[in-house]
Amino acid sequence: MMGGWLSAEEYQALRLSLDVATRSVALSLVPAVLVALALARGRFPGRVVLDAVVLLPLVVPPVVVGWALLMLFGVRGPIGAPLHDWFGVRLVFTTEGAALATAVMSFPLIVRSVRLGIEGVDAGLEAAASTLGAGPFDRFFCVTLPLMSPGILAGAVTAFAAGLGEFGAVITFASNIPGETQTLPLAIYSATQTPGGEGTAARLAALSFCLAMGGLLLAEFIARRMRRGLAGA
Amino acid sequence: MLEVDLAHRYGAEGFALDVAFTAPADGVTALFGPSGSGKSSVLAAIAGLLRPDRGRVVLGGAAMLDTQRGVALAPEARRCGVVFQDARLFPHMSVATNLRFGLRRAPAGAMGPGFEEVVALLGIEALLARRPAKLSGGERQRVALGRALLSRPRMLLMDEPLAALDAARRAEVLPFIARLRDAARIPILYVTHALDEVDALADRMVLMEDGRVRAADTVEAIAARTDLPLAARRDAGVLLPCQVAAHDGARGLTRLDFAGGALLVPMRGDAVGTALRLRLRARDVAVALSRPEGVSMQNILPATLASISETGAPHEVFLRLAVGPSVLLARVTRDSVARLGLAPGMEIWALVKSVTFDRTELGR
Repeated sequence: MMGGWLSAEEYQALRLSLDVATRSVALSLVPAVLVALALARGRFPGRVVLDAVVLLPLVVPPVVVGWALLMLFGVRGPIGAPLHDWFGVRLVFTTEGAALATAVMSFPLIVRSVRLGIEGVDAGLEAAASTLGAGPFDRFFCVTLPLMSPGILAGAVTAFAAGLGEFGAVITFASNIPGETQTLPLAIYSATQTPGGEGTAARLAALSFCLAMGGLLLAEFIARRMRRGLAGA
Repeated sequence: MLEVDLAHRYGAEGFALDVAFTAPADGVTALFGPSGSGKSSVLAAIAGLLRPDRGRVVLGGAAMLDTQRGVALAPEARRCGVVFQDARLFPHMSVATNLRFGLRRAPAGAMGPGFEEVVALLGIEALLARRPAKLSGGERQRVALGRALLSRPRMLLMDEPLAALDAARRAEVLPFIARLRDAARIPILYVTHALDEVDALADRMVLMEDGRVRAADTVEAIAARTDLPLAARRDAGVLLPCQVAAHDGARGLTRLDFAGGALLVPMRGDAVGTALRLRLRARDVAVALSRPEGVSMQNILPATLASISETGAPHEVFLRLAVGPSVLLARVTRDSVARLGLAPGMEIWALVKSVTFDRTELGR
């Protein structure tokens, strides 16, 4: 269906964007939930610092995030070198690298949403669960996690929608390789740089807009639906 | 038996709690006192939800908390069924799943009433498939009672379970708590600041004030004391255990026997032989030197004036009246005492204007 009005290259960019966004959410979701839990519930030195570090990608220029990743995960970087030498994993200029860059950029979005979800959980319910014989893990999986799940899901969908359009960090860390790292925004950028690419740019821009809008609406829908589900409607 | 001895201070200059009391292995002990007297903190410390600075909580010889010996069981290991003021049902589970939450986690050997029995006891069959958000406040509290009881607890802790409900809902839930009390053969601690709940439910009472225990005794014994802040209340007066002796349909009256006498009250639906507890408010008891004639009051009892004590109000005193082995309190003015020349030892008549019924099925 899409192949009808999208060229093969455009279709490839769309597929790659969905792929990168999916992988980025898969990569960041569990760490984001753990960090959100630590920030919302933990009492440890350095909590304020962690809070700030988590939010950094929101305020630092994406190019800087990409550059930092290049320094860390490049084949000579302190993390990238062992990955490459011992496991044969190369992240720069690959789809995996694009997913990593996207994950880092959307990490704060998930943390924020999950944290709001946790803060909405009544600690009194956990106390009640403990008096009914539920230990810490039991409480977390049977009470806390289900009650914070709207926040997790909304965070994941928002991060997915944002991940479809991540540009600066991806182009800096993973470059702009068609079929490998050229996601929708990169393809749009390339099209605007190419004579006669106006049609491609317009189609992809419209597509990006629709995907982002759809993602936000879906996140809102899920959050409402789950809130109502919890309220017993 | 439950032994409680706790000391805790909130912050360096904060509220200080220092209480010690015991509760029998069976029956309801009310923790009674004004808001901020530390009742709920005591309950939280017993449940393990508050870690006191120092203390001991021992149930049936086994310590749940003993700070001196370094014993402090986690709440999930204490097996105290707690009923909170705000029910705290899990919103993402149905009523049935809420009820089974504690049951599924109870140790294999723990004894207690079964699921069907508790559901029937609390009249919540029709609610099982619903979510808590779809319940009324009274229904929620009934489900919370069932959930606590089904966790097969070693004792039940109730933290003002009716305080968040309006008068109609309270009247709806109170009988269920009474039924639960009779079904659960474990100690029940009941925190409240409502005297009618104490009268309706409790066997013993721990009177708290500013984080300390002011008095601890049977409810009847505390009600008969005139030296406690309770005596200043409008509804102060003795609690009298009695039994339905006979109904007189023609006159529309029921006769209640108590130790040392009988009372006639407007006809009640209780079967003959039912044990009741009624509160005779001191304001509703008057005295006369001779048996009055031509008065509307049905209940005129011969009594001995045992003593006269202060009420705290400048112009009124309490008269302690012995009717056989039972004691009544009457609140009269100093002027009346002077006019009638009342003195301890005198034989007089007690006139009871009305009685309040509070507890049914006292004898289980």
